[in-house]
Amino acid sequence: MELLLSGFTHALYLLFSGEKDVYTITLLTLKVSFTAVMISSFIGLPLGGVLGLTSFSGRRFLLVLVNIGMGLPPVVAGLWITMLLWRSGPLGDYSLLFTPPAIICAQVLVSLPIIIGLTCSAFQKLDSQILLHLKALGATRSQAFLILLKEAKIGILAAIIAGFGRIMAEVGAAMMVGGNIQGDTRILTTSIVMEVSKGNFEVALALSFILMILSFTITFFLTFLQQGKETR
Amino acid sequence: METNLLQKILTFSCLLIVFLSTMIGCESNTSKKSNAKIEETKDLILATTTSTQDSGLLDVLIPMFEKEYSIHVKTIAVGSGQALEMGTKGEADVLLVHAPSSEEKLVRSGDVINRQRVMYNDFILVGPSDDPASLSGKTITESFYSLANGNGIFVSRGDDSGTHKKELTIWDSIGGHPASMESYIESGQGMGATLHIAAEKGGYVLTDRATFLAQQKNFPHLSIIIEGDKDLLNIYHVMQVNKEKHEKVYTFGAKAFVDFMVSDDTQKVISEFGKEEFGQSLFTSYTE
Repeated sequence: MELLLSGFTHALYLLFSGEKDVYTITLLTLKVSFTAVMISSFIGLPLGGVLGLTSFSGRRFLLVLVNIGMGLPPVVAGLWITMLLWRSGPLGDYSLLFTPPAIICAQVLVSLPIIIGLTCSAFQKLDSQILLHLKALGATRSQAFLILLKEAKIGILAAIIAGFGRIMAEVGAAMMVGGNIQGDTRILTTSIVMEVSKGNFEVALALSFILMILSFTITFFLTFLQQGKETR
Repeated sequence: METNLLQKILTFSCLLIVFLSTMIGCESNTSKKSNAKIEETKDLILATTTSTQDSGLLDVLIPMFEKEYSIHVKTIAVGSGQALEMGTKGEADVLLVHAPSSEEKLVRSGDVINRQRVMYNDFILVGPSDDPASLSGKTITESFYSLANGNGIFVSRGDDSGTHKKELTIWDSIGGHPASMESYIESGQGMGATLHIAAEKGGYVLTDRATFLAQQKNFPHLSIIIEGDKDLLNIYHVMQVNKEKHEKVYTFGAKAFVDFMVSDDTQKVISEFGKEEFGQSLFTSYTE
């Protein structure tokens, strides 16, 4: 209990004392996570839309792959990406291993299936009559898509929130492909692991509070965006 | 109502785009910077053991090196086993490890060159302060023998690190690996986590002195049971990965790092490190 309290006060101290390291780590965490969730959304939302709205042969099989991907353990993703990025690996010439883009790759890999899968089911849940009605009313393709997007908004934002949560929580892959290098690839989750192994529980606890505050704030805004005005 | 919603979606996407473009702006800025760096000097990848990071020694040495040579160092702190493996794969440029017999294999295979002795500290056996297996006063081999006979719990690193390799040589010297023993626990984790498990389970554990001293405040019930045994020396070597075998290795930086580690100034810093905080130095200067 005492440790919790001192961890919390230490978190406040770290946040407001202008400790440069904590800012670097927090900023990098935000930058990496946002970039990853953007990339995943820009790729995942259209793909999810296509999978949810159209029917073609092989669609079911793709969905199975996506659903397996949702459970992809981050360390597995990390291991694969590490091997791709090794100096001796196929992408070794770009020296990307142990850089922030490598972490982003890993996070995209683990969050993309979630965003595709949940977007797909959000579109599938729409009443199939809507599309017919829209066509009957003479809506153009883009008009129809905008209206469907609006109808599926809650589900789509749920997909983004879930993907973002996965990204913020991720540690195994970030540790492996990032290397937890000070000032370079050290993000909140990996520094928590490191501080625990150093035995600095107070600092680890403080960092965990910072991480939770970030997650809370961002999820809070996304949830408000999702629910819109309380009209009911 | 509908326009309202659409507006919201539009503003949100605008915000997203603005945010993304600033992000990409930052991104390309930094990548430009690092590209420039690659032309002048590359990043130096140092693969080392957790003990040098967890004890805080690298936090002192790396900034010194970076200032002196203006080479950016990326430190990957892993077990000695993984660090050596990074050497054989050419994934690291320079290694700082403490597993002499495994290191010699890499020297023989030509994966590393310019191997230099840097420093030592020693391994100690720590255990519950009340010493339930009464090992205090025995030699390290006698104690391991006693533990093998079920007199107490032993917590092993089990992660192929330098410390784990040391445990194994001691077990080998008394003729066998007690993995089948019920009182033998393998943590498969770093030194700090393993000490924690030992503290919770009331077990004995072999640790390097630096990590134990640096973390002792977290383990009020663990004490040093055996120290100063001649079998317990923990020697660190620095070595550069051979460019002739791994073409992407950054030789200039690696050589600079080896020179830096054995230089008089660095050695002085190493032998002073920890004196203020722990009353004794954590590492002892030990060049060839």
